[in-house]
Amino acid sequence: MKSGRFWAWVVFVLGAAYFFIPLIATIEFSLRMRRGVYSLDAYKVVLGDSQFQATFMFSVVVAIFTILLGVLIVVPTAYWIRLRMPQIRPIVEFITLLPLVIPAIVIVFGYIRMYGSNSPLPFLATNPGANALLVIGYATLALPYMYRAVDTGLRTIDVRTLTEAAQILGAGWGTIISRVILPNVLIAVLSGAFLTFAIVIGEFTMASLLNRPAFGPYLQNLVANRAYEPAALSIIAFVITWGCMSLIQILSRFAPKSANRPN
Amino acid sequence: MAEPFLSIQHVRKSFGATTVVEDFNLDVAPGEFVSFLGPSGCGKTTVLRMVAGFEEPSAGKIVVSGKDITRLKPNQRNIGMVFQAYALFPNLTVAQNIGFGLKVAGMPRAAIDSRVAEMLDIIRLPQMADRYPYQLSGGQQQRIALARAIAPKPKLLLLDEPLSALDAKVRISLREEIRSIQKKLGITTIFVTHDQEEALSISDRIAVMYGGKAEQVGTPFEIYNRPATKFVANFVGTLNVLEGKVTDAASGKVQVNTQEVSLKGKLNGSKSGDTLSLALRPEAISLGRQPGHDTSLSGEIAEVHFLGSVIRVRVGIGGNTVSLDTFNNSATPPPVVGEKADISFSSGDMLVLH
Repeated sequence: MKSGRFWAWVVFVLGAAYFFIPLIATIEFSLRMRRGVYSLDAYKVVLGDSQFQATFMFSVVVAIFTILLGVLIVVPTAYWIRLRMPQIRPIVEFITLLPLVIPAIVIVFGYIRMYGSNSPLPFLATNPGANALLVIGYATLALPYMYRAVDTGLRTIDVRTLTEAAQILGAGWGTIISRVILPNVLIAVLSGAFLTFAIVIGEFTMASLLNRPAFGPYLQNLVANRAYEPAALSIIAFVITWGCMSLIQILSRFAPKSANRPN
Repeated sequence: MAEPFLSIQHVRKSFGATTVVEDFNLDVAPGEFVSFLGPSGCGKTTVLRMVAGFEEPSAGKIVVSGKDITRLKPNQRNIGMVFQAYALFPNLTVAQNIGFGLKVAGMPRAAIDSRVAEMLDIIRLPQMADRYPYQLSGGQQQRIALARAIAPKPKLLLLDEPLSALDAKVRISLREEIRSIQKKLGITTIFVTHDQEEALSISDRIAVMYGGKAEQVGTPFEIYNRPATKFVANFVGTLNVLEGKVTDAASGKVQVNTQEVSLKGKLNGSKSGDTLSLALRPEAISLGRQPGHDTSLSGEIAEVHFLGSVIRVRVGIGGNTVSLDTFNNSATPPPVVGEKADISFSSGDMLVLH
């Protein structure tokens, strides 16, 4: 028993070291921009860079639109599959997993071919069109995460009975989804939304090949040309990601509790 | 019956090759409380779901207040329903749950608040308005579900095994409360249950269902005392079934084991030599020969169970066993297993099962 505890601690320490040592090293390196002393110079340079602000804001806006598109596609789809078509669930799950096995570069080349300026749907001929295509592409990339999060949320409620209870009280589909289903899976939707946000903020391939002024290509450009700033940016990105995860945890406290399973 | 409020006419429902409801007919009078009673899989919930609009009949029609609602969507029917699993919306407070249907109907806020308060008073939970469903017990949740169902003043109330998930004590008090609210509001109600005691205690009429059909529709008294079929007799209440052989059809003589009983006028076309199933309720039988009982059979005490106020005795009569209850009397010791005993009953209480 004692020996078991010892090895458990050894594994824990090794795991923690694997996670924390590169992080500490990156933080330490990001603080060494000024010769001989630790300083926040690298952070000041990065945050003061107008390119950083512009690209970051662009990616934030794209992320918001991606989340909205994802919610609009995934929530009604997952809901309908649970309610009326459980038999096609394996097929839909397979489709939502495809973005994990098909590289983004394949998708984006497909887009360029399909929606180039000479195609019948010339999304890429204008900036708004290209931005819309980027949002659609990101919604595809985020599909596995968004679908799974929403589907897990729907599993915790009795979708069919709640739907029927709302129907018999006179509610139409819009009211049922907006006032009964969505509020009860909101935390799951938010989890999916934050994962989508994290994917979009750091994504490089699609943004670069569609020539969009996004944060990913900016990050890559900085890494290629600077020493300390990329380390500072990595830490900033890390803080944003962990901030998102913390928000999920905080918001989950406000989730509606199941009547049958008080938590 | 006067003009029925709800009329279910020749309704059939099939899922693929399986027919779960077959030629179901029922007329329900305004303000009547009718129970669908039957074992699992008998089609009672399917009929209820067709009335609610969640399932579409394969044939037949459903008429409410003279209007054919067979093809209407559930949200167009103005029907209230209480579900077995409560189905309260977890994200809404009790008041918001009760007011949900009123809000959907576009009722002004003040009117909703007033109606919600009225409903909370009716179910005697006025202090619960701001609670969430998870903060309530099962019985309280089901009362809220009932209030939510009747708040929009529906034409018809459907109760789908609303008491099944509750413990015995709450079940009894809530069923009485449901009946009292239903009488007070005069709302026509269909109640689905597999619990015969529940159905017998609160219904105006009961439709006993089996294999997708209504075996018998009648008052609790009729269903219990004059079961139309062997299934109804067996399913409702406890029943002793004795196998007998018609010895003289003309005079109504039937032989049970080696003893003879007279069932004049009850044999309905049976011929001498036919084998019959004869049924007797335990409360119709007495231990020993009693005045007023015209028939007796001799047997042997097979089992004795002392239950406190009641002693349950099983008497073996040839290949048949008859169960009966006697009140405990401190001056008389209970019968002893193996001793000879007579049972007596009135031949009028004996039912011939078809």
